[in-house]
Amino acid sequence: MSVREKPTRGLSAALAVLVAAAAVLLVPPAVGALTGGGDGTQLRGLRVLVPNSPGGGYDVTARTAAKAMEDAGLTGPVEVFNLPGAGGTVGLGRTVNESGNDKLVMSMGLGVVGSVYTNDSPSTLADTTPIARLTQETEIVVVAKDSPYTSLGQLVDAWKADPGGVPVGGGSSPGGPDHLAPMLMAKAAGLPPKDVNYVSYDGGGELLAAVLGGKVAFGVSGLGEYADQIDAGELRVLAVTAGAPVPGVDAPTLKQAGLDVEFTNWRGIVAPPGLSDEGRADLEAAFDELRRSPEWAEALERNGWTDAYQPGPEFGAFLESENERVAGVLRELGLTS
Amino acid sequence: MIESLTSLMGGFGAALTPANLLFAAIGVLLGTAIGVLPGIGPAMAVALLLPVTYAFDPTGAFIMFAGIYFGAMFGGSTTSILLNTPGESASVMAALEGNPMAKSGRGAQALATAAIGHFVGGLLGVIGLVLLAPLVASVAVDIGAPDYFAVMVLAFVAVTSVLGSSRIRGFAALAIGLTIGLVGLDPLSGQPRLTFGVPQLADGIDVVIVAVGLFAVGEALWVAAHLRRGQQEVIPVGRPWLSRGDVRRAWKPWLRGPFIGFPFGSIPAGGAEIPTFLSYVTERRLSKHRDEFGSGAIEGVAGPESAASASSAGTLSTMLTLGLPTTAIAAVMLAAFQQFGIQPGPLLFQTEPDLVWTLIASLFVGLVLLLVLNLPLAPAWAKLLRIPRPYLYAGILFFACIGAYAVSGQAVDLLVLLGIGAVGFVMRRYGLPVLPAIIGVILGPDAELQLRRALQIADGDVSTLVSTPIAITVYAVIALLLLFPLVRKALPARTARPADPDRERTPV
Repeated sequence: MSVREKPTRGLSAALAVLVAAAAVLLVPPAVGALTGGGDGTQLRGLRVLVPNSPGGGYDVTARTAAKAMEDAGLTGPVEVFNLPGAGGTVGLGRTVNESGNDKLVMSMGLGVVGSVYTNDSPSTLADTTPIARLTQETEIVVVAKDSPYTSLGQLVDAWKADPGGVPVGGGSSPGGPDHLAPMLMAKAAGLPPKDVNYVSYDGGGELLAAVLGGKVAFGVSGLGEYADQIDAGELRVLAVTAGAPVPGVDAPTLKQAGLDVEFTNWRGIVAPPGLSDEGRADLEAAFDELRRSPEWAEALERNGWTDAYQPGPEFGAFLESENERVAGVLRELGLTS
Repeated sequence: MIESLTSLMGGFGAALTPANLLFAAIGVLLGTAIGVLPGIGPAMAVALLLPVTYAFDPTGAFIMFAGIYFGAMFGGSTTSILLNTPGESASVMAALEGNPMAKSGRGAQALATAAIGHFVGGLLGVIGLVLLAPLVASVAVDIGAPDYFAVMVLAFVAVTSVLGSSRIRGFAALAIGLTIGLVGLDPLSGQPRLTFGVPQLADGIDVVIVAVGLFAVGEALWVAAHLRRGQQEVIPVGRPWLSRGDVRRAWKPWLRGPFIGFPFGSIPAGGAEIPTFLSYVTERRLSKHRDEFGSGAIEGVAGPESAASASSAGTLSTMLTLGLPTTAIAAVMLAAFQQFGIQPGPLLFQTEPDLVWTLIASLFVGLVLLLVLNLPLAPAWAKLLRIPRPYLYAGILFFACIGAYAVSGQAVDLLVLLGIGAVGFVMRRYGLPVLPAIIGVILGPDAELQLRRALQIADGDVSTLVSTPIAITVYAVIALLLLFPLVRKALPARTARPADPDRERTPV
């Protein structure tokens, strides 16, 4: 990629950034500009609540979806704002409180399901109106290249023999995806989840250092963050947690490797409770159209996300089943009653 | 290494094109503004700008992001020094000596010292990035929880030198800080601690809120309570430039800072807070003017500021070579790379050499731009302090509140800020030093996490704490530090230096 080409485009681009930068500085983070536009059939004045901080997973999903919806002409300008805290349950509480507001949706994912329990949140996802599941990403079971484990079977044998001496690292706090996946694996292997020595790291970056340095016996993380290390041969993937093999990853699924677990980290959209039928239908239609738009396809491609679209009612049923699964694991661990 | 230099020259060629220079200039301007304004940190700014930059050449975008990162470091010290209101955690240490300097009419010197410190630290840090990046990357991975814990023990030993004249008060302040640090979900078990059922407290209290509360709000309340009695003189602004004596005292700390900052920045140890603190303590120990610490010692500004910028370079080094983000902003920049279809990591220097070397060259360009921008601004900023005190402190309270609110947009944070401000007021009333409390908030959670993680990985085996060469080395250093004063006491005094424990002042 040449950096010397297109100087004029670079200049105008730089000016555009300057304008945008001025906007960022002048507008407080939680307030976005809402201007008109559109042809009347669009959803106007939509706001997306992000329950974690800028740059986090739900934030990137929300901002990408908002931009794709604007570009595809499905909505007027969409305001994305952050209300982080307590693993997403602070934002969840706000969403549940906005009963009847059909101009607000919340970007969320599997992590929020667990946080409801670990934070003992009074508001739950059952209180919300499910709108759509959007994306999913497989988790991977990964070791450093010089690890003694070359197959999942080997690892599980060692794990069952001495769970305390085979620590597993993950990039999420208890209740998050990287924590739930090894717990479900342990259960399927006949190992009580309470015996699992789970070491929590602050995000995939910190975990990567621990896996590369052999500080933990194996790591469980999302695939996207580690693609380059896998290509470079620094990391070895022993299994993917998704139901089907993942293209480009030379590893079996957990089921193929003998553990009856299927697990993906998904992200979706929920709305406040008490919506009118019309309000709910409009929101569902907007995300259904988003999912079919070329802008969204391009965004999926750019971010390496897998489409996992489910419309509102199906997503609601899915949320319920995920909720039971998560609650079951956390109950066994004594993290919830 | 020769190869690196050739590539770097190529990078300069690309970085000095008008478009890329403009991106660098926008980045550093924006970064300085973000650093000065409370609340919006560099991580948030990059995250918010990211969607705007999709359509561009990635090189330009990253030059701008790097400019924002370094610019925010430069700008962050400004409010810290002038208003005692740190906007980012990296500039908390700048307030300790910088603010007393500003109050005694040396604000411009403090700002200039900080700006040059950032320049020198950034420069040495980026040179470190060019020469040592692959080495640092391999070492960063080998450092584990026992090593981090050993460093935390070292930091706690260092705390004892900043406890002030009364050990009991110092330890009481430290305990207050450690208690504030406990608030939030237990990182390993997920159990809430000291959250009193308030969900907004589950993520703990941001160190910026604690620092602003104890420093700025506590002091504003204290001044308000005494203003009627004291005389209302305006703070003098003084001479704008550094004197030769200032430079003579500051140059060694400027050069020492990067040696602490760069290695800490490149390992996942929580960003610039710990290296700036260690640099502060080092300068305090090495200074010939120890008695001035707490009332405006220039070494205490020069060292930590230089360490802060060098740690940013270290962070970039690990992110580029390993794809391993060690701070929040690095995590956001990593996400940005991925958005452009570029995966930082072991292959990046091979797959995108043009991008990487242009980015590195632009860091040098950005540092020069920042120095040129910030040195002349120092006397201008320092004039802020001419504002009469009632208005000045009203303004400080206003900015403190905006800053606290902007951390996460929660009204609860304002109440927490005012509560901590009240604690700061009471601490001043009873002569408790504020610094140990801040250190407690920074070190407590890290030390706890690393200790528990080390023990957990070793399945409860305590000997793991001394199982690595790095940990053993650090403990040996600690033993030396503790034993040295005893040995010196045992030996007959060689010089006629007066004993100075009673001259040591309460810091902050």
